[in-house]
Amino acid sequence: MSSATLFGLCGAALVGLGLFGLIAHAEPLRKILAFNLLGGGVFLIFGVVARRGAAAGFLGDPVPQAMVITGLVVAFAATALAVALLLRLYRISGETTLPAGPSTKSHADGATS
Amino acid sequence: MTPILAFDMGLALLVLGVAAWTIAARGTFAAVVGFVAYGLLLALVWARLAAFDIALTEAAIGSGVTGVLLLRAAKLLPYSAAESARSGAPLRIAAGLLCAVVTLGLAAVVLSLPEPAPTLAPQAEASLPATGLGNPVTAVLLAYRAIDTFLEKVVVLLALVGVWSLAADRDWGDAPVLWRTRDHDGALILLAQVLPPVGVVVAIYILWTGADHPGGAFQASAILAAMWMLTMIAGLSRAPRTSAPGLRLTLVAGAAVFLVVGLAGSLVADAFLAYPPGYAKALIIAIEVVMTLSVAVTLALLVAGPPERGGEP
Repeated sequence: MSSATLFGLCGAALVGLGLFGLIAHAEPLRKILAFNLLGGGVFLIFGVVARRGAAAGFLGDPVPQAMVITGLVVAFAATALAVALLLRLYRISGETTLPAGPSTKSHADGATS
Repeated sequence: MTPILAFDMGLALLVLGVAAWTIAARGTFAAVVGFVAYGLLLALVWARLAAFDIALTEAAIGSGVTGVLLLRAAKLLPYSAAESARSGAPLRIAAGLLCAVVTLGLAAVVLSLPEPAPTLAPQAEASLPATGLGNPVTAVLLAYRAIDTFLEKVVVLLALVGVWSLAADRDWGDAPVLWRTRDHDGALILLAQVLPPVGVVVAIYILWTGADHPGGAFQASAILAAMWMLTMIAGLSRAPRTSAPGLRLTLVAGAAVFLVVGLAGSLVADAFLAYPPGYAKALIIAIEVVMTLSVAVTLALLVAGPPERGGEP
């Protein structure tokens, strides 16, 4: 087994771990964290594809590598938006988890901030 | 087993162990610290995969800036709620089974990747002299697939618009607060005074060397953003008012320069975002410099969140 395959399997396991955290944790912040962990696994598998595409004197295919860099920045932007939504939820409602059923409370915008 | 493969196996196990601990940790703060460690270990994996540009980006943005963002959220959210919210055993077992199936499926895919692997490296190599660049990843980001990078700039900007739009009506236009601290730690202030000059030089170097060696605009902007956030956390600087015209101009400058060069390309060269022959490297460096500043400010403000009352002195 080559190192690339090994890290590919590692990426597959990371996706599974992240997905588990995403489902099993009820807290949104932990879900966001788990989702980022999952993303790391996806990028890693893509990186393995890039490494296997080594040719023309390069140690990896630069196209997927560049796409992973773009993906990392976009993943950060999405995480920042998710965290901002969560902090806003806490500020307005005083809760850090989403209610399981339909919400019966009505929240006034900015009333408690 | 060769020593290199043994090292890689140890590294992969370490990454998996830290990842599992991040998911299993009870406290949110501990989980975030685990996530930062996970990101740094992942950067090592990227280095082992010979993807040094990604290793730098992962360490700077995936682990560093995301880590600050999550730490800030963990600090602002109450700790007590962190313990109460745990799902029941049946759900955990079902989720575990589902995730095992997903992992096995992906593992099967990884083991059956086509041989020889499809690659665009020869095409990337063939056109490299025309761009005047030596780093193929920078060439992909700013020449071959410049449209992706341009759209990414727009996405990051839209995310910031989304974050700002979460401000309460009366706070609109105020300054965000990155970190609230009452008493300022002497050691932290010293660090925030000593490190940023070094960090700025490193960022400029990473940006400049990115044309020919690993590095580039995104890594440099993450370092600049980190230096700015450090001074804000130490209380030496404050986030600007979000209504300030200068700030807004800086934020859109990266995407705007890209757009102007792109449109000029459709007139002078033959396609949108095409560079006229001979000027490619100069234009790419120009775009990168503006983009680095613009992305640095955007990253730091994405962490700082929506404007709040009390942001102004």
